[in-house]
Amino acid sequence: MRVIASEEISNAVKNLIINSSVNLPEDTYKSLKQAFEKEISGSGKTVLSQILLNAEVAKTELKPLCQDTGLAVFFVEVGKDVAVGGKNLTDAINDGTRTGYAEGFLRKSTCDPLSRKNIGNNTPAIIHYEFTDGDKIKIMYAAKGGGSENMSRLKMMRPSDGKDGVIDFVVETMREAGPNPCPPNIVGVGIGGNFERSAIIAKKALFRKLGVKNGDPELAEMESIIFEKVNNIGTGPMGFGGICTVLGVHIIKEPCHIASFPVAVNIECHSHRHSEITI
Amino acid sequence: MDKIKITAPLSDDIILKLKTGDEVLISGTIYTARDQAHFRLVKLIEDNKPLPFNLQGQIIYYVGPTPEKPGEVIGSAGPTTSYRMDKYAPILIKNGLKGMIGKGKRSAEVKEAIKKYKAVYFGAIGGAGALISKAIKSSMVIAYDDLLSEAVRRLTVEDFPAIVVNDVYGGDLYEEGRQKYENKYNK
Repeated sequence: MRVIASEEISNAVKNLIINSSVNLPEDTYKSLKQAFEKEISGSGKTVLSQILLNAEVAKTELKPLCQDTGLAVFFVEVGKDVAVGGKNLTDAINDGTRTGYAEGFLRKSTCDPLSRKNIGNNTPAIIHYEFTDGDKIKIMYAAKGGGSENMSRLKMMRPSDGKDGVIDFVVETMREAGPNPCPPNIVGVGIGGNFERSAIIAKKALFRKLGVKNGDPELAEMESIIFEKVNNIGTGPMGFGGICTVLGVHIIKEPCHIASFPVAVNIECHSHRHSEITI
Repeated sequence: MDKIKITAPLSDDIILKLKTGDEVLISGTIYTARDQAHFRLVKLIEDNKPLPFNLQGQIIYYVGPTPEKPGEVIGSAGPTTSYRMDKYAPILIKNGLKGMIGKGKRSAEVKEAIKKYKAVYFGAIGGAGALISKAIKSSMVIAYDDLLSEAVRRLTVEDFPAIVVNDVYGGDLYEEGRQKYENKYNK
């Protein structure tokens, strides 16, 4: 059994958080650049050029891309032949979150939901675990902003609603969201599972790199239909009008109950900060 | 299109000239406030108590910046989504607020108050906080420091870039812009 010290995990998490806050991932930058070239609206083009310039400023001046440095969301894959020494894995990740948001001068955005009092250190992180083979731990991190999260939706649809029902629900969710979630967006769609599982896989779908095709031809086709329909809404960059409203649509499906048809739509902003490390 | 240079606080003369879609560069003094600060400001108004700053003619910027590093004026400082302030904004507008900077749609009540009391809603580019912070030349927390990033700050800005979303004439850039580009995407 391989043992990884919890401090090593905390340190890796801290570095992921700090680096992500100032470096827009390559796939996001490339996708925004393609959108800039494609956009036909004048104000849409201006917005995209400012977003690209913002990425340069953030990288060179080490200033966060966005003031909303998010809740810290993690998908963690733990191999069966690895153990964590010292603190448990959840505490190790929260330690890294605490120090990352402090040392990176990032905004602390967790609060009590009722009193609205800020917790002050951006914990607790939101952590999803999966158990796999091997002796490694893979940590995937996203800084998830509130603006786009607030426009996300979950619907327990009827099985008879079918594929077209899913497509309509996603398109309507994006129409209703309009300028609020900082378009151009990335749309994560979770189909199936149950109530909570559909939301988790919708979030997980956001981690697929932009420009990578869905391996399932049926889902790939649905993604491409939704992509075209949403870009025809006209919302455009920051909602000022245009043809680039989404950069990508990513779907994951899982088996569900014979009576159910859960569909979750998790919207992500253009400041699509995600990164990963395998230890 | 040429950008219109305006100075805050705003006068009615300036507001009447601004039209939906106009790109502006704002200089002068503005204030920051978001959810909890709005709650407290409106409570003070309801209780007939003095506000931490004079609202007359002012612009409020909906922002909760990242903490500044040593030597920085302010951290990353882009707009937050405005609808969360919709419940409070009409009360502030009625009491003298003239401008708001944020991102995203406003409620019918806010748009009505903008028309009735002559105010304006500007959109800034969300997710461009590093770039926008360059237009902020000074920053001072003047109230509610217990709210951390949500404290009320007085900012001095120079050529702060924004676009007129809702004007006094009932214009709405989000509606007009969207309609113009509906069904224009070709694969």
